[in-house]
This record gives sequence, C-alpha cells and structure tokens, in this order.
Amino acid sequence: MDAAFAGRSFPFADPYPVGAAKIREFAEAVGDLHPLYLDRVAARSAGHSDVVAPPTFAMLVVARAQEAVLFLPELGLDFARVVHGDQRFVHHRPIVSGDLLRSVVHVDAIRVAAGNDILSLRTEVTDLAGDAVCSAYSTLVSRAAA
Amino acid sequence: MTAGTGPAAVAVGDQLPPLTVRVTRGQLVRYAGASLDFNPIHWNQRVATAVGLPDVIAHGMLTMALAGRIVTDWIGDPTAVLEYGVRFTRPVVVPDDDAGATLETTAVVGEVDAGARTARVDITAKFNGQTVLGKARAVVRLP
Repeated sequence: MDAAFAGRSFPFADPYPVGAAKIREFAEAVGDLHPLYLDRVAARSAGHSDVVAPPTFAMLVVARAQEAVLFLPELGLDFARVVHGDQRFVHHRPIVSGDLLRSVVHVDAIRVAAGNDILSLRTEVTDLAGDAVCSAYSTLVSRAAA
Repeated sequence: MTAGTGPAAVAVGDQLPPLTVRVTRGQLVRYAGASLDFNPIHWNQRVATAVGLPDVIAHGMLTMALAGRIVTDWIGDPTAVLEYGVRFTRPVVVPDDDAGATLETTAVVGEVDAGARTARVDITAKFNGQTVLGKARAVVRLP
C-alpha cells in the first residue's frame, strides 16, 4: 500500500438518504424488532423526529464512502486479501429516518505489522446542517501473501 | 421491549441478562441484502473454502449487531448506546443446516461514570466455546 495516503481525507460526494424501509429491513435482518426502529409513533413519543436506526446501521452509511477510498488504484490495496480487523462507532446523536448524511473518510494511519498492511480509517458522518452524527473507526488488514 | 425502561441502578460488576442467538444461512442472506455486503464468503461455500475458510462465515458486522443486542435489550433504549466497538478475532462458521451457529453472549458492567451518567459494558461473545470478538465494549447513557 502507498503509505503517502496516511493523513489524507476523502469526502464522499453522494449523501446517504436514511429511510424507514431500510431501517426496518436492517432491524429485521439482525433480528431486533425494537419499536423505536419500526414504529414512528413510538419513536416520536420518545422525542425523535422519526424511527431511529440500530447502533450498527451506521456501517451502511460509512461502507460506501470507505469503499470509494479502498478501491482507488493508487492506494494499491489488494482487496481480495482484506479482512475487517475492528470496528467502533461513536454516536453523537441517533440516526433517524429522513436524515441525509455526508461522510468524509480520513486515512488516520497506514502501517505494516508481521507482513500485514494495516489501514486505520476514521469516517466522520455529518447531517446537512454540518452537525456531527457519528464517528466510525475501522481497521482493515490486508494479509501478507502466503 | 418498550423504550425508556432500563436498569434502575447500575454498579460495576453487574451482569447483564445473557443472550443466546442462532445464526442460519438464511439469516446471512438476509443480512447481506440489508447491509449490501454481498461478499460471497458469507453465502457461498465454494468461494469460502477456496479462500481457506472451513465453510461459510457470518458477516463480522452481523456478529457485532447480534452481540450488541445484549446491551440494548438491557438498557431498553437503543439510542442510549453512545459508543460500541469490537475486534473481529475469530469467524462464526455457519453450517448448511436448519440449526445454524449458536452465538452465546454475556456482559458485565466494567465502569460507571456517575458524573457523566454513563456506563461501560464489556461483552463476551462465544461460538463453540471460543470468543469471537475482542475488546467488545459499549458505552451507554444511563436512564
């Protein structure tokens, strides 16, 4: 991988529109039918503008922006050997249906350990007002060729 | 569970109610569609074994979501989860049968910040008796 990518930032051009149907699909796929995910009335009575997304739904928003960086040929990442090492979300506010979310991917670090290339990404997700919604920290490991 | 309910008092060392969930091939297909992660190692045995895996494996992000539910079920309000992070240390292998794989999750309160009204919950997720997530931690806002 090209270590010169460390410190660079990549705004993703296409904001993600959060919808109630996608939230329901995701909640059902993870087997959690909490009313805040599914029921607009319950969500509004709890003080939200619409149904809220489960804690790891943010990956859907982040993944597209990350992939745009990971597939840059100049980065030189061998995608076939990449595994997800770790993932952490810091939620500044809940993601709700109706949000239009922008992502900027920051390449925090690129290092080599035991022959593996290790890529640390931080994706900052904001709403249209520019307010912080979620910070997603991902470590991707490109395993050394056998 | 209704939003807004949760533990009345929280102290370091408190055990959360354990959670056991099954993961079947059908659920992997469903999660692939919902998450838009169509990597074939999560649904195609031929591809999975060709890259050296024992069989089809669950998406790490699905395992993360399933394990995190021990926290949201306990706190009652999923928007109380301020932080959630895991390391993916071992794959969850999902056989082509009706039973699928069983993920056993336990959790304990590791730290309480009385001033900030938050708690850190440390999660253990096991498949076949072995942990599959490392440093699995959530920080929740207390009611």
